[in-house]
Parts: sequence; structure tokens; C-alpha cells
Amino acid sequence: MSSTITAMLTPPVTRRDHSQGPPVAPITLVEYGDYECPYCHQAYFIVKELQEQLGDQLCFVFRNFPLTTVHPHAQHAAEAAEAAGRQHKFWEMHDTLYEHHEALSDKYLKAYATQVGLDLARLNQEMAAHGYAVRVREDFLSGVRSGVNGTPTFFINDVRHDGSYDLVSLLTAIEDAL
Amino acid sequence: MTTLALHVRRDGKNAEELKVISILRESLSGASAHSANVLTSPEPFRTAEERVKNDGDTQASACPRAALEVGTQAPDFTLQATPDQTVSLKDLRGAPVILAFYPADWSPVCGDQMALYNELLSEFERFNASLVGISVDGIWCHLAFSKDRKLHFPLLADFEPKGAVARNYEAYRQQDGICERALFVIDAEGTIRWSHVSPIGINPGANGILAALEAMTSKQEITA
Repeated sequence: MSSTITAMLTPPVTRRDHSQGPPVAPITLVEYGDYECPYCHQAYFIVKELQEQLGDQLCFVFRNFPLTTVHPHAQHAAEAAEAAGRQHKFWEMHDTLYEHHEALSDKYLKAYATQVGLDLARLNQEMAAHGYAVRVREDFLSGVRSGVNGTPTFFINDVRHDGSYDLVSLLTAIEDAL
Repeated sequence: MTTLALHVRRDGKNAEELKVISILRESLSGASAHSANVLTSPEPFRTAEERVKNDGDTQASACPRAALEVGTQAPDFTLQATPDQTVSLKDLRGAPVILAFYPADWSPVCGDQMALYNELLSEFERFNASLVGISVDGIWCHLAFSKDRKLHFPLLADFEPKGAVARNYEAYRQQDGICERALFVIDAEGTIRWSHVSPIGINPGANGILAALEAMTSKQEITA
């Protein structure tokens, strides 16, 4: 049996995903991330810069990859972002979580939810029921099957980016993919 | 945390310590390129040039060898799992077994790899598969590492004679005195059905394991 390790995004991006930028953009950048991961916090600002520089050329997609035993607040943070998505504020919550990646206990999650204007009663109810745990786990497993072994991991047009995720490396890889 | 540990070790004078440093540095170079989800503070980004250089170093000194071949009977072993408990491969017979040989407790890549597997135990259970990690670290080291990372699967100590089990699986790095980063999926009859040796600094992830388990298990047998 072959020991090849797949490094292609599985499944590809669909309408189920959270995306920013035109779906028809020539570059689709997918990140598997964990809200409590300090490296993902670094990468958050890099992605912002990429979006600034590439504009409509870039479609950015975020999928969850919480390592829950290493990062005890990552799972709830991911569920909170998904719950915010149901209220059409996924990206507002996503950004807030990464800008406060060192304070993600439930108490803070509720404060951030209020800050971004979510219906808190609904959020509390859905969080308590772990309504989004399945969705987060689906993301996680899709990452595993795509060859994600840690966070952040990026895919450029479905191909895993194995280089560094600093701005220059990512821009170079994106140019190569065009 | 990691960087500090390295600085402390760099002060060491003997050759053995220096070798440990070089292995850890290889592990670090792999970790920062692709698998960085660890408890340490972020390291500065490496330039592309540094990455190529480091990866080149890794290739030169850590080129993976072939491990024991698919189709061969997995050599039995009995190793300490805790100070008063042992695990024997033959006791796990009747269901798939995943052996994850790894170089060292505490190294960043290992931490990532084991943390990832820890998240996937329920997936492995769907195939009725059990997972054991194996390194040459002693049992007390394993216990501390396992407790720190909240691991829920056994780490076995291939400690005395050092690396004997890894040698039987052709997954021992004689020159470094540590296990390769090698994975084996063994079927219920004890035959090796899939194996993979990673470069020492590269976390192999889990897709290969899951694909192997799927390939050897019919869909009817999986309890979804």
C-alpha cells in the first residue's frame, strides 16, 4: 500500500463554507485555524494584509481546526463563531476572537457576542446545546483528511501550502498559483 | 518555552547533548514550516531561504529509511506503559492497532502529532483500532508528558534494551539513539497493512492512518 499523504483540500470549498471575497476570484485561500492558537493569531494579520493587497483577486475561506486538549477554549470559541454565522455575523465574531485570542473563556465569548451585536439569548441557547459542535468537528475531520497536521495550515487553490506563512512566502506562492 | 530549553542545552559541553540539540533543531525547523500549534510562544517567521536551507539540512541528515514492510507479521513486544503495567502487542490482537513511533517526548513536532492523535481517538475507535505511542523515553518521562498534554492513549517506553522494539520494526535511528517518526497500521491478525516513515521534523498528520483503516475495514463493520 502506498504511503502517500494527500495534500489536497478535501472536500473543496462549497457554499457551506464561510468566505470573504468573490467566489469566482482567481485565488481561493483556505485556512484551517484554531482561535486560541498564537500562530493563528499571527496569521490573522497576514491574511488581512493579503486581502488588502489582493482585493477582488482573493477569496478567503476559514475552517475550524481546534486542538481542544491543548487549547481548552478553542472549541467553544469555534462554536461561538459558527453561532454568530447563523446570525450573519461570522466574520465580525471571527475577527473579534482573533483580536482577543488570549481571553476566550465563556464569559468573554458572551461579551464579544454582545460587542458584535448578536442576539445573546439565542447564542446562549445554541451554545448550551452544543448546536455547532458537529459542524466544527466536520471541519476538523475535513482538515485531517486534507493533510492538516497543525495550525494554521493554508491551501491555495486546493493545494496545501507547505512553506512558511509569512506575507512574502504566501504572496509568492499565490503568484505561482496564478 | 522551547527556545529557552534549547538555550539551556546549548550551554552543555558534551557531544551527546549537542546531538540532542541538532535533532531538536531539525524538529523545530519542520514545526515552524507547517505544524505550529504548540503551547510555546510564536517564533519569528523564517525567510523562504532559511526554510529551504533548514529543509535541506533535514534531508541530508534525516532522510527517512524504509521501515518493516507491508505484509509482514508485526513483531510482538511487551513494553512498560506505566511503572506497574505493561502492554503486549499480542494482547491487542483481534482488532487493528496503530503504532506511532516518535523521536522524543516534549519536542514540538511530537507534541503536535500526539495532540492531533489525541483529538482523533474517537475516529480510531470507529474502526475498533487502538493507538499506542512508542519512544525510547523512560516511563516517568512518558507519564509527565502524557499528563501535561492530557493524552488519552498509552505511551510505551522502548527504554531497555534501548530501542529494541523500534529496531525490530526497522524504525530506529542508530546514529541518534532515537526512534524514527514511523507509523504502522496492523490488522486484527497482526499483519502490517500500512507503514510510513516521515522526515524527522515533519508531522505526518493522520490522513494516512485513517485511509489505511478504511481500506482494511468494510463499511458494514464501521459503526457510524
